[in-house]
Formats: sequence, C-alpha cells, structure tokens
Amino acid sequence: MVVSCVAASELLYRMNKQIIILYPKNLCIIRRISTTSSQWHVQPQPRARSAPHHLVGVVGLEIHAQVNSNTKLFSSSPVCFSAPPNSLVSFFDASLPGTLPVLNRRCVEAAVMTGLALNCTINRKSLFDRKHYFYADLPAGYQITQQRQPIAVDGMMTYSRLEGKKGSQVIRRNVRIKQIQLEQDSGKSLHDDVHSQTLIDLNRAGVGLMELVMEPDMSCGEEAAAAVRELQLILQALGTCQGNMSEGQLRVDANVSVHRPGEPLGIRTEVKNINSVRYLARAIDYEIQRQIDVLQRGGTVQNETRAYDSKSGETIPMRDKEGLQDYRFMPEPNLPPLIVYEDNASLPTGIDACQAVVVQKIREGLPELPSVKRDRLVQTYGILPEHSFTLVNEDGLVEFFEAVLKATKKEPRKVIGWVTNELLGHLKQKDMSVAESPISPLALAELLELQETGHISSSVAKQVFQEMWRSSDKSPLHIIQEQDLGLVSDATQLHKICQKVVDLHPDEVNAIRSGNKKVLNKLMGLVQKETKGRADPLLVRAILQEKTS
Amino acid sequence: MLSLTLKQVSLALREGRISPTELCRKCLNRIKKTQHLNAFLSVTEDLALKQAQEAEARLLQGTPKGPLDGIPFAVKDNFCTKNVKTTCASRMLRDYTPPYNATVVQKLLDHGAVLVGKTNMDEFAMGSGSTDGAFGPVRNPWSYAAPYREHAGAAPDSDWVIAGGSSGGSAAAVASFTSYLALGSDTGGSTRNPGALCGVVALKPTYGLLSRHGLIPLVNSMDVPGIMTRSVSDAAIVLGILQGLDIRDSTTVPAPSPLTELPEDFDVKNMCIGIPKEYHAPGLSEETLAQWSHVADMFERAGARVELVSLPHTQYSIVCYRVLCHAEVASNMARFDGLEYGHRSQVDSSTEAMYASTRHEGFADVVRGRILSGNYFLLKQNYQHYIVKAQKVRRLIANDFKHVFSSGVDVLLTPTTLTDAARYYDFTQEDNQTRSAQEDVFTQPVNMAGLPAVSVPTALSRRGLPIGLQLIGPALQDKKLLSVAQWIEQRVGFRSISEYGESSESKQLYDENYKCNLEKVRNGLKVFS
Repeated sequence: MVVSCVAASELLYRMNKQIIILYPKNLCIIRRISTTSSQWHVQPQPRARSAPHHLVGVVGLEIHAQVNSNTKLFSSSPVCFSAPPNSLVSFFDASLPGTLPVLNRRCVEAAVMTGLALNCTINRKSLFDRKHYFYADLPAGYQITQQRQPIAVDGMMTYSRLEGKKGSQVIRRNVRIKQIQLEQDSGKSLHDDVHSQTLIDLNRAGVGLMELVMEPDMSCGEEAAAAVRELQLILQALGTCQGNMSEGQLRVDANVSVHRPGEPLGIRTEVKNINSVRYLARAIDYEIQRQIDVLQRGGTVQNETRAYDSKSGETIPMRDKEGLQDYRFMPEPNLPPLIVYEDNASLPTGIDACQAVVVQKIREGLPELPSVKRDRLVQTYGILPEHSFTLVNEDGLVEFFEAVLKATKKEPRKVIGWVTNELLGHLKQKDMSVAESPISPLALAELLELQETGHISSSVAKQVFQEMWRSSDKSPLHIIQEQDLGLVSDATQLHKICQKVVDLHPDEVNAIRSGNKKVLNKLMGLVQKETKGRADPLLVRAILQEKTS
Repeated sequence: MLSLTLKQVSLALREGRISPTELCRKCLNRIKKTQHLNAFLSVTEDLALKQAQEAEARLLQGTPKGPLDGIPFAVKDNFCTKNVKTTCASRMLRDYTPPYNATVVQKLLDHGAVLVGKTNMDEFAMGSGSTDGAFGPVRNPWSYAAPYREHAGAAPDSDWVIAGGSSGGSAAAVASFTSYLALGSDTGGSTRNPGALCGVVALKPTYGLLSRHGLIPLVNSMDVPGIMTRSVSDAAIVLGILQGLDIRDSTTVPAPSPLTELPEDFDVKNMCIGIPKEYHAPGLSEETLAQWSHVADMFERAGARVELVSLPHTQYSIVCYRVLCHAEVASNMARFDGLEYGHRSQVDSSTEAMYASTRHEGFADVVRGRILSGNYFLLKQNYQHYIVKAQKVRRLIANDFKHVFSSGVDVLLTPTTLTDAARYYDFTQEDNQTRSAQEDVFTQPVNMAGLPAVSVPTALSRRGLPIGLQLIGPALQDKKLLSVAQWIEQRVGFRSISEYGESSESKQLYDENYKCNLEKVRNGLKVFS
C-alpha cells in the first residue's frame, strides 16, 4: 500500500531523531485527586484472631483480544505481528491532521460473532467515544473506544475445571461477561533506560481490539486460568482472535480482591503484565495471598496497579499514577452510530446486504464451540470427559483423532490413548504442534489396524510408533518387515521357546501347578522377552498352559 | 479578464480568448500586486504553472475535463494539500507539509482546476476576523477600493477594515481577483462571514454533503467545506463537482441529485420566505436591516409569501456552541504533541515537559484558552452540566429550524453579519471570544442544525463596504437554496471592486515599511501575546 509506505518512511525519519522520554506517562491536564478515606467502609476489617480461611479471593478479568483481521479497525493498514517497525502505518494511524476513521466491517463482524458465542445481547446500535490521555504511543492523544454503548453486553461463558486426583472430575462454572467493546490498540514504546530514550513503533497503533470484561465471578488463579483458556479456545474456534498471549493477541489484566463471603467486596488491585495462562494463575494466587497477609497483619489493601514479575513470581506496584486520570470521554464525532441488523428483512431500503452487518447471518455461520465439541466427543466415541478436554485443548487434535478413527476399525476408546499419550506426549516433548506431527493420522491408523488384526503385539506397536516418529517416510508395514517385527505365530517355533522357558524355571512351573495361576504371566513375559515382544500372546498362553498343566 | 466570473472565464478558455497559462500568470501577478492584503500564506507558483500547462494541452486537444479545467483556485490553509505547506495559520504547523490532498482539493484538481495558493485565516479557524493567525491579519480588499477610500480619507495603513473570518484569506482572494473560486471552511460562519464582508458569494453546504477528509478540524460535528465564488451559479458549478459520498469520511451522504445548472428564470411566486424575528438582534446596523427588508419586499412584490417566523432557541446558540466547540477543540488538538509532526520544543527534560512546552510554543492564546476550557467541560464531574446540556440545547435549536421548515417555509432570509466590516483597530479592541460571539450570531445556529446556507452580497454600505444577506434552507436542499440566492443576485445588481476601480492611495500602502513588517510577522519574530 503506497499510503502506508510514505507514512512509514516519514515516521522512520522522525523516529530516528529518537524521542527523548523520561517519565512517559500521565501528563494529564487536570487531575482528580482521589482519597481512599471514602472506601474505608468496604475494607474488610482485619481481625487478627479470626480464622484465615474465612478470607477468600474474588477475581474479575479485563481481556483485550486483538481482532484477527487483515487490516486495522479504522484504517486500511495491514495487521501483522513482528513486521519491521513503523512499516504498517497509514496516515490515520499516525494521526496526521485531517484524517478520519473508517470502520472496518470485518472487526464489527468479529465482535458480533464473539458476542453471540458468549451469549451476549448484541446492541443494534452502538456508539464510539474518545478516551483522552497523553502517551507517546497514542498518536491522536485519544483512543477511540465504546464507552457509552458497547457492541455486546450481558453475556455468559461456561467453563470447566478438572478436579480430583487425576483431574477426572469435571466441574462446570459460569462467568458473566459484562460487555464486549471495540477499540483501537495503541502503538508500542520501547524504553531505553540507559540512554533515557523511548522509541515508538506504531505498527500496532489502531489494530482492532475487543475488550471483554468478565465480572468478578472467579475465586482463584486456577479458575481464572480455566476461564481464559476456554475463552482462548472459543476465540480460536471462531477465528475472531488468534489468542496467542505471548504475542500479545490476548492480554489479560486481573482485578483481585479478598473478602469474607457474604460481606461487601474488598478493595481491589489490578494485576497487569501477565503473558501466559500459567502465569495468570500464579499471579492471581500470589496476589490473593498477599492481600490476605496484608489484612491479617492489620494493614489495608491499596487500590493500585501491580505488575506480575514472572521471574520472582511476585506482583509489584507499578509507577505511581498520581491519582486517578480523568479520561474526558466524549462522543467520537466522525463516526455515525454503528448499526447492526437482525436479519435481511430488517434491512432498510437502499442498504446493501453485503455491506451491512447482519446478526442472523453471523449466527448461522457460528462454528462448533469447544464445549459442544467436547460433549459430542464424549457421546459419540464414549471417551472420558477429561480426554475430551485434552483433545479440544490442542489445536487440530480433534481432527487428527477423528481422521484416525475413520481409517481404522479399532474402537475409539482404544485409539484415544494413542492420540493423547503417545502422539501428544511426543509432540509436547519436542514442543511441536499437531500440524507438525511427523506421523499422519492415516499412518497411525495403519499401525493400529495392524495391531488390531493381530499382525503385531501392542508392545511392538509402540516400538514401531517410535520408528515412525524418527523416519516419517516409512510406513508401519515397511518398518515391521524391515526389522522383522511381525508377530511370531509359528506353533513349532513357539513351542520350542516355551519349552525352553519352562525348563529353565521349574519353581515357577511348580507354583502354577499348585494353583498360583498368576505366575503364568511371568512365564509369558519371559517368552515375549525371548521373541522381543513378537510372540502371539494368545498362542503363547495356550502353549504355556498346556505345558504347565 | 481577472474580474470575470468562473463561468465566464471558463467560456473564454474554451473559446481560446485566453490560455490557461496566461490566465494563471495573470492571477499569480495579481497575487503579487495584492500582497499587502496578506491573503495568501503560500503561493504555489511552479505547481500552478505546471497544472496550467497540462490544462492548456487538454484544451488544445479539445478534451477539457469540464468547466473547471484551467481555472485558478485558492484553498484555505486548513485543507491538506499534498507537498504544499498547510499551516492552519499556526506556529504548530508552520513547517508542516501533508503527504495527501483533502478530498475536496483532489476533486478540484481532478477537474483540472489550478491551485495558486493557500490562504490566510485565524489560527486553526478559531476566529471571526482573520486577525488571529500566527502570520498576521488579512486585510479586506475593499479597504483600498474607491468607495471606502472616498469615505474614509487617505490613511489606508491605519483605517483598513478586516476581511472577516476565519476564511478571510479565501474571501479576500476571490474579491481581489486572484482566484475565481476559493475553498473556505465553515463551523460557525467562517465562510459566510468573510464572504459577506468581502462581497462574495459564500456557500455553506448541508453538513455531510461535502467530504471533510483532509480538512483539519475545528468542530467535527459542525465543520463543512465552504465554497466562495463571485456568482451564485459559479458556486452551484463547484458544489456539483464537490458534493457526494466519500468513503474516507463516514459522515458524508450521497448527493440528492447531480447538480445541473441553476434555472436562469427561477420563479419565487408562491414560495414562502421566512423572516426569523430573533435575528432582529441588538447591534444590527440600520443599513443591514434596511437591506434585509428591502430584499424581503422584493420577494413579496414578486409574489412570494413573506412570513415572520420564530426560532426561539437562537439566543442560546452562542453559549451552547462555545461548550461544544471548545470540547471538540480540546480533543482535536491533543494530537499536536510534537512527536509525529509539527513543532517540537527544544525542551527535552521529560516527555511531559516536551509536550507542555511544545503546545505552549505552538499554540497562541486563543487556541490555548479553548483547549483549557474544553477540557474543563469534558471532566467527568462537568460532563453532565456542560456537554450534555449543550447537546440538548443543540437539539432544540435544530428542532426550531425543523418546525419552521415543516410549517411550509421554503427558505429563511436573514442578515449574514450585524454590520459591514469593522476597522482592524476597532475590531481588535475586543478579544477573540467576544468578537466570535458577536459576529457568529446569525451564522452559527445553522451549523448546529447542519443546514445549508448561503451569503449573497446585496449592496455597499454608506462606508462603501459590502453588506450580505443570508439564505437558510432545509437539509439537502442546497440547489433550491442557490436558485433563490441567484434570484436575489439577479435583482440587487451588486458590483465587484473592479467596477469601482482601486483608489490611487492603495499603491502607497505597499511601501517598503509595510513589506518589512510583513516579513517580520511571517518569520515569526513577532512576539505573540
């Protein structure tokens, strides 16, 4: 795009001048000084002698999800992670005077779709507002957001926690979604403390965000993590957000407080700088415990923003904000109200159905959501619920599993272990995705089919799997032939081997003869050892039984 | 040739009576001769000649792009022009060169019009006199014409009158024959006011009919690009070219109809002309009042119904406008922080310090004052008391117009300004805010309602200065409005400066001393208060 190239070069030129920034936040023209005194009544009174377990955590989340779209929310600049700095900047993104926002329909559709998937009410009319603050990576001096009337409200998401010893108990929980609003992302500031400089990259400036607000319905880090994981899966299923936390496509801030059940909520802190689901759980649990400790020492929790330090596992207060900012919200005058239509019939005349956002059309196009998918897997294949979580949690694993099933007669309950243990175990070890698996579903199916039809034993099957993983171009049959791993079912040969084992273990034979039938298994194992696991177990058992009777 | 209307000179170009390059040179020479008016902040001589040559080639081949091909035009310096400095008459943007053209500029260029320069204004269009720009005030060309000089005597350097504002440079350019059409912007009357004071036709189209893309905003919800020409039919030609949907401006609307030429023999019989009684305001000069009733009588004699109507909330318009305007100004000006473009202060002890001094150095008092009060209105604790109330009042004002038009009134006839142009010395005795409140009283309610309005010069005052009357129409009835305006124009016989001749004194003015002062101001040596 010519437009952004010109802007980019101009900006780069500017950037090379290296903007000097020492204290980069909060030049606010007029500040409102807040006092904490008015909040005293909600502060849980520290009672040194009360049982500590009475204080429980309350967790709400603010999630920023980058809309998965080709271009930005209000400009035609491409969206791309890790492009060269300031290479994706249109005149509007750089806030050149006279430029105006033009709403990207794709972003609206993504927000509507996400709203529908989270059981929200879609507002037929929503509004855009300007939120003002001075910051170097916010070129216009304000962010366009939806403060008064967001696109979706009053939703609910169900997520599940796996509890119990082996995580075999599935507990469903609900979290209310207060709202989803569309807004602009900011640019990025790169602070160089040594030279007291800040470099600005505006590639991200203006990328569409969905801000999702989850009500404080969670009580600990693990619940919050499970909720975010579920949201991630939903967004990925919808394709409305790639949901990668480490690339910042999904950013989660946690509002944490503690209180005694039944009492008003305590003063909350906001925990930021969390870049993985794992750290989210840790950060929240640390913060809950910290607040409990503070109160039990007789202190008070400050309403503040804290950053999670993943190295130390602690939360630490962020820069003092010098009181609350007044964002001086005002309606965005350059964007008319955003109208979405229920169905084609409700489109006013003169409006092109292709140009309009029609809720019905989006609802019809909703893909299968993770929870539905899990239920279906359990019902259709008779697998355990925890297995359905494992399958759905891994991108592409359900498809892999189902592709294997299609090509083999083996029962799903026997296939699942191969997929969730052997395959996933190998993938995790190498930090690979399902798509990168060297073993294709068809190859795995072929292997399982060979086992199922008695060509190889299960232990040989695992051996062959290892070999397939190493050399993906070889078929299971090829490997079996090459390494002579086929099942030995030649009765004469097996008789010989069995006789040898029986002869060498008279004590065991006596034990079996005197009634301890379990010892037979030991002899079977010894036979398999001799044959490197290739002996037909049914045949071996029959021969041994005969010889020890 | 220079004093022709756009339509006339367009015909002359086609008939080969003059070539686009000759015409362009004449205009450029004229700009030099009228430099004392300070109407232009930059003159795009090379670019203009190049464009004129291209137009000439087209005309010679018999393939002109339309009625504007080869016609010199000027643009207020708050419209972005690619590779041409766009300063908004502010130190903040004194060296700013946009990388793109405003949609309206691009459309004119696409039609072969020739850009001769960017015109002076009040800083960021905040003012009603074109006296509050960073590069000095605009002088009204009529200050040097015979009728005023005969009245005022021989002291042109001290008793010159203002051009009105904030698009004073554009009005002066059209009135002094340096361009056949000029773009202004109109937020509270900034096109119509200088149009009236400089004796040119000034159209403020319906909000949304013309794209604001590339117009550096004052109040986004009221800004409209304005058209200034020497005749109503010229304005109609330009409107026809500029109007319509622009995907870059989401607030634009499709043109109700392609604007063909105005009917030459428009009949006002059976039309209803509304006279809003609230516009009989304190401070209205006797002469303007006389013009107003004179034209009203003309309508009546021609068979129109002339009715006294009421727009009861007019009186609240100014204060309401102030709140809404200042709030949007506070917001719109937030981007000028010295980082991406524009002035950047040398102070670099911290980002905040750099922001603060950049903005202090870049904006003059008027702008700073509006930013401050605007941010005050937007504070959470004040929002309900100021912004929400002002929005409600705005709705009432808009409804006033709706009621009147739905009761059968076709157009409203009002004065454009209270009086003819004030002497610079007198005008600057009051501050910008007071002046804006006084000067915008008749023009500004229209912006609240987004309606089309046009100022037509009707006569010279006893001081020898133009008086204009305003017509206001229902939304999107710009063509009908212009038809009525043309009807007036045909009957009042307003004559341009050229027909009076310039007084001999005017030449004295362009003396070395003045040139020196002008340079000082332009170089920014003038310490701003």
